[in-house]
Parts: sequence; C-alpha cells; structure tokens
Amino acid sequence: MIAADLYTALPEIVLAVYAMAALMVGVYGGKDTLAEPIVWATAGLMLLLALFVGAKGLDVVTAFNGMYIADAFAHFSKMIILVSAAVVMVMGQGYMAARGLLRFEYPILIALSVVGMMLMVSAGDLIALYMGLELQSLALYVVATMNRDSTRSTEAGLKYFILGALASGLLLYGASLTYGYAGTTLFAGIISTISEDGMSIGLLMGLAFMLAGLAFKVSAVPFHMWTPDVYEGAPTPVTAFFSTAPKVAAMALIARLVHEAFGVVPGDWTQIIAFLAVASMFVGAIAAIGQRDIKRLMAYSSISHMGFALVGLAAGTAQGVQGMLVYMAIYVTMNIGVFAFILTMSRDGKAVTDIGSLRQYSKAEPLRALALLVLMFSLAGVPPLVGFFGKFYVLWAAVNAGLTWLAVAGVVASVIGAFYYLRIVYYMYFGDEIEPLDRVRAPVQATLLIASAAIMVLGVINLFGIEGLAALAADALVK
Amino acid sequence: MVGLEHYLTVAAALFVIGIFGIFLNRKNIIIILMSIELMLLSVNINLIAFSSFLNDLVGQVFTMFVLTVAAAEAAIGLAILVCFFRNRGTIDVEDVNVMKG
Repeated sequence: MIAADLYTALPEIVLAVYAMAALMVGVYGGKDTLAEPIVWATAGLMLLLALFVGAKGLDVVTAFNGMYIADAFAHFSKMIILVSAAVVMVMGQGYMAARGLLRFEYPILIALSVVGMMLMVSAGDLIALYMGLELQSLALYVVATMNRDSTRSTEAGLKYFILGALASGLLLYGASLTYGYAGTTLFAGIISTISEDGMSIGLLMGLAFMLAGLAFKVSAVPFHMWTPDVYEGAPTPVTAFFSTAPKVAAMALIARLVHEAFGVVPGDWTQIIAFLAVASMFVGAIAAIGQRDIKRLMAYSSISHMGFALVGLAAGTAQGVQGMLVYMAIYVTMNIGVFAFILTMSRDGKAVTDIGSLRQYSKAEPLRALALLVLMFSLAGVPPLVGFFGKFYVLWAAVNAGLTWLAVAGVVASVIGAFYYLRIVYYMYFGDEIEPLDRVRAPVQATLLIASAAIMVLGVINLFGIEGLAALAADALVK
Repeated sequence: MVGLEHYLTVAAALFVIGIFGIFLNRKNIIIILMSIELMLLSVNINLIAFSSFLNDLVGQVFTMFVLTVAAAEAAIGLAILVCFFRNRGTIDVEDVNVMKG
C-alpha cells in the first residue's frame, strides 16, 4: 500500500531528495564553484523526470488516500513545468555567472520550487494544495531576492513576499471555510457534499477567497500589482523563470480546484473567472502601452496572456481546459524565446532593458531580429503563427460555451495588445540610428531564441500534436 | 454558551484586522509581517473551531501544517527584510519605492 503510494509520487520524491542531497554537496563541497555542475545536473534530472512522467500513460492513480492525484492532466502540466524550468535555468546561467550571482543555492531553490509546482498540479486535497503552493512560493521569494546587494532585487523580493503572503492568507481563509462547510478537505469529498446538499453560502465564500488567492499567483487583474515591480527588479533569468513554470502550475491548480472540487456548480465560478479574464486582458493590453522597460512590458504582456488562458477556464468545459493547456504550452515557448533575447541585451557589457535601445537592431543582427519579429507577431496573435492558434482555441471554447461576449472582448484586447508588440518590431527595423547594442556571442540564448521562433512558424502544421495530448489531459480532468 | 459562530466571528475580525494592517499601515514593514501572522492565526482559529464542531481531526492536522509554514514564512520574510535594510538603511513602508508599480 505505502510502497504503491510512494511509487506514484516518485517524481516529486526523487527531485526533493536530490535537492537536499545537492544542498549538502554544495555546503560541504566546493560552495559556489560547484554552482555550474549543479545547474547542469538539476536540469538533466528535470528532463529525465519529464520523460518519466510523460511515459506514465493515461491511467488515473491516486495515492495517500486521495491527497495526490496522478492523471493525464497532471502529467501534461508537469511535463511543461519540468522542461521549461530546466531550459530557463540553463539559459540564464551564463548571465548569472557573468554578474557573480550564480550561487549554488540557485538551482537547488529552483528544484524545490518545481517540487512545489508538481505537488500543486497533483493536489487532490486542500492541505496538499496549500503545502505545494507554499513550497513553490517560499522558494520563489528567495530566488527573487537572489541579487542581495541590489536595491531593486531586494525590493522586488520584499514586495513579492508581502503580496504573496497576503495571497496565501486569502487562499487559506477560503480553504478553512470550505473545510468547515464541506466537512472534508478532499476534493472528491467536497464535490460529493455539493452534489448532495447544494452550494451553501459558506462554500461560496470559500471558493471566492480561494480563487482570489490563486488569482494573485497567476497575476490576474485586480491582483496583479506586484507583477511589474517583481519582473523589473528580479535578475532577468529569475524573471524568465517567474513568467513560465509558476504560471503554468498556478493555472493548472485553478483548473484542478474548480473542476475536481466545484465541478458540479460551474455557474458559481465561471462568472468569477470570466471577470478576472476580461479585466486581465484589458489592463494587461492597455497598461503595457506606456512601458519603456522591456521587462515591465513583458510583465503586462504576461498579465494579458493569463487573461486569455483564463478565458478557456471560464468556458467551464473540457474544450476550455484543452484550450487553456494548449495556450499555456505555446505561451511558455514564446516567453522562453523572448527572454533568451532579453538576456543578450547589453551595451558596453552592462545589461540594458530599455526598448529604445533596440533601434536599428536588424542592421547589426538580422537573424536574431527576424526571430524576435516572429516571436512578437506570435505574442500578438497574428495569424498564421502558432500564437494565433493558442488564442483561437480558448476563444473558440468560450464561443462554444455560449460566452460570445467574452470571445469578442478577447479579440478587442488582442488588437489593443498588438500595438506594443509591433512597436518593438518598428524600432528594430525602422527606428533612428543610435549607439548599437553589443554584439554578444551567446550560443545558448541565440539557439533558444531561433528555435522558439522556428517552433512558432513550423508549429502551424499540426502544433506538434500538442492539441491531442491536451485533449486527453482535459478529458481526464473534466468528467 | 460559546458556539461555533462566536469563534468564526473572532476569526473573521482578526482576519480583517490583518488585511487592514497590511494596507493601512504607513510606518514599518515589521508591522506588515505581524499582520500576515495575524491573518494566518485567525485561519487557525477557524480550522480548530470547525474541527471541534465537526468532530473531525483533519482540521487540527491542517493547523499544524499552517503553523509550520507560517514559521518558515516569517523566517524568509525577516531574511528578505534584513537584505533590504542593508541596501536601503531603512524599513519604512514609504521607502519601498525604487520601482513604481
């Protein structure tokens, strides 16, 4: 019994034990001289675990009396999380090392936060949900403060910590109300209580508080205030990490919670999520227009993108969950490409993040400029690039669920959002001459940038089959 | 007779005080940390009250987890605060303003 349970949760256990062992090696071994090997080992282990999780197939296995669920939905999300975390870690290591930030704790903290994310997407119980979320958040607070001699980085960490702790408090209050009125913390128990006795006002309050807490974690409006500051202040590789894996985990957690625990009363949560979606799409699109710092711009861009992913959830159907998963996979791929580029932006050896510094970039580096152009068009959702299909899937799911107004709002918001993506393209190709950016030789980043852009072009053939996998994952979640 | 609703009312009041402590306080970041702690503890009152009312042990187990996490959270919060103080030489809320969000 216990052996079977432990085997089900093997990926998390392996990664957690590895993180602790690596910490011991780091502390008693070579300290920061070991940072680079630990980064590679962690990334390699994450990729192996992604393969292991991906090979698990479609059976639904629960462990620890239903607290832990391993189904196709969890496996799909875990694969995105593990692969993107490994790629982002390797991508940022050169940047960190050049600025003396590559401490051996960095890959270990990332590994621990990934353990938390994997627990989040597999949670079948409010306690497991809370512990996974906290493990992820606590590691991320420290990672945001990684550059501890910089005012900006520590301020970013402080803001992230305070608002993150507030969000955890809200989520926890909701969890306590849900426990009290449902009499259990198991998602399966909550849903059976609701289908027998209906939705009481206490459960509704609990649901609203929990969604508010989780909206903080995906930075949905009106809980988005921390995002631009944290993205700007944290070191760029950390920002890249923030905008990929944790977003996927939190989005998957929302989907898991609303479908597994509150799936019989979709009317109660689809309207909350639809509101969050509309507000995020528009605030993200409009507020980004005034930004001059590319990291802040990417923060607002991610707020807007989270709004689109929430549109899929607001549909409340299996098709909507499928759309959300496809959207997140595409979003993560695009973001890795864009941040690979941002990591190479420097002038006289110092990192710059001003958008204006990109003027006439296409003359110096035509290939990279072209790749960034493709990614910007894809982020804006211009057909025929893959980014368009992501938006198409979620909006189509909303239309099929009878939320045509939401889909129309999404189209309007994406048109507004296209403006600031296209401005970057305009600067690169038609801007005035200025002192150019350094011509950095950055093989890892350049490869990732071009690979990401190539995926955006080549993926239009069949999206690399990801929609079929996402459909299987969504069917496992929505019964 | 003190019933469930009394405990829930106390917990809700403490929770709201905690939230207001975060948003209305203009002086010191330590007070924000205390407010966060207050929010988590009010949730614990909720959980214990429900646990006793439902004759169910899960709520108390949950409380133990929350207490542990709250301790870890306070430790990390103070560590970040020390780093911030070293850089800025102040922990006034009004001085957390290098970036305007």
